[in-house]
Amino acid sequence: MIEILSTTALATVQDVGRFGSLGYGVGTSGAMDHLALALGNLLLGNPEDAAALEIPMFAFEVRFTQDCAFAVTGAACEATLDGQPLPPYWVAQAREGQVLSLGYPTSGSRAYLCLAGGVDVPSVLGSRSTQLRGEFGGLHGRALQQGDRIAALRPGVSTLPTDFGVVSPSQALPLQRDGLPAMRVLPAAEYDCFLEDSRAAFWAGEWKVTTQSNRYGYRLEGAPILPKAPMEIRSHGIVPGVIQVPHGGQPIIQMRDAQPSGGYPKFGTVIEADLWRLGQAPIGSKVRFIECSYAEAIAALEDNQCYLAEVSRLVDLHGLASR
Amino acid sequence: MSIASEPRISLLGSTALLFEAPGELDLAPQQRIWNLALQAGEWAEIHEAVPGMNNLMLTFIKPPRDLNRLCERLLQSWENCPPLPLEGRIVELPVVYGGEFGPHMQDVVAHTGLDIETIANLHCEPLYPVYALGSHPGYCYLGGMDARLATPRRQVPVISIAAGSVSIGGVQTGVSASAGPSGWNTIGRTEMSFFDPTQNPPAMLRPGDMLRLRIERIIR
Repeated sequence: MIEILSTTALATVQDVGRFGSLGYGVGTSGAMDHLALALGNLLLGNPEDAAALEIPMFAFEVRFTQDCAFAVTGAACEATLDGQPLPPYWVAQAREGQVLSLGYPTSGSRAYLCLAGGVDVPSVLGSRSTQLRGEFGGLHGRALQQGDRIAALRPGVSTLPTDFGVVSPSQALPLQRDGLPAMRVLPAAEYDCFLEDSRAAFWAGEWKVTTQSNRYGYRLEGAPILPKAPMEIRSHGIVPGVIQVPHGGQPIIQMRDAQPSGGYPKFGTVIEADLWRLGQAPIGSKVRFIECSYAEAIAALEDNQCYLAEVSRLVDLHGLASR
Repeated sequence: MSIASEPRISLLGSTALLFEAPGELDLAPQQRIWNLALQAGEWAEIHEAVPGMNNLMLTFIKPPRDLNRLCERLLQSWENCPPLPLEGRIVELPVVYGGEFGPHMQDVVAHTGLDIETIANLHCEPLYPVYALGSHPGYCYLGGMDARLATPRRQVPVISIAAGSVSIGGVQTGVSASAGPSGWNTIGRTEMSFFDPTQNPPAMLRPGDMLRLRIERIIR
């Protein structure tokens, strides 16, 4: 069990997401950085679908009200346990009464606090992720508040090894273009309906992540993307990563809390394999986009899987060595 | 935009594909979409088949290597797919039009050239079939709005509109089930509980159900 001593807005419980309810208008939710969540769960020997706390704003502080192993992944945020620094992507054993503090990130924008066994909240429509719009899932369907108490499914002193870490996704899977973090984009249905100059400017330009960016979507700022002619499109299913261009010309990238449908023209889709990169792009930072093919999008997913498989192998080896 | 004469398939990254039916937005093609969704939902590589407005999104369990085969199967199924009439319940909703409940009514007035009274009357006239659910938990897309009311989506979506908002986006209309961001033009408000995650199914309405909107009040 942990108690939240201090939090800013919008820390939530998230797992890999809620699948199978799109037809009821329920989006997937889930961690903005799937890799950070997966790594935290691997470090703790948790199931893949275990839930964690996603922390997008700092400072954040919790007290362990009982012994519990935990991992902090995602943004490098100068984590300390009773004042002792913890490296990024690290698993540790907390004792009753110890305080974990997360400071302002030095890189990335979202940290994940994973607990042994996963966060113990009820599964709603197949997931523990918080559905903020629908006010269900997670902890009472809302963001975490000071004083909240959250249980782990496997508290106590861990029988698995602790006090080790893994290489971070940004080190293992770097992707930059001209000094800025980059994401690969697959063109979507209305791509050809935008002016050629606008299309070229999208790929060439820097895009600022504006303050109106959150779990629902990232509103970007750059050279406006203009259509050849105005478009009104029938509403249809969309997925996280879809880049919509409202009539104003400033793109919005749908993120994990995105609506499962929409009707603004679609320029492209940030590929699923790179969505974690955007999830870690801080507000005010700049990013670039790289055009890619469907085959490349699948290959990128496989790269992520290989990296996770390698980490899983190393974690297993660590377990054998420490026996 | 011109009306397509052939069905169109496009990708949503490596997560899903989108099938768009040709022709004008109408109930008959929507009934074929419902049928196609039933069929495609059973295919091995498909996680969910999600109807939209005369279109269908298929999400992948795992992105298929051979997309062409899937696309061909989809097109063939569409050609052989008769309309599936779903006869649902009729639900009546009282709507207050205009004023603080319809913050974008003036934009619809400006675009359509109609007065508020005419807009409310035209908007309440049809018995609206629920074409699809989407947008947010319990939200229903309605078909059959009077074309004279069509108003483009907003230049920039608003950060939040209230639960129960009755709004227009292009030739479509719908009722918000909860507060949240929207690019549509809100012209009125109603009260109704559309979603309960503890129920099975969690959404109160389903495709084929029908909404009868009734003018409770018009704020001029």
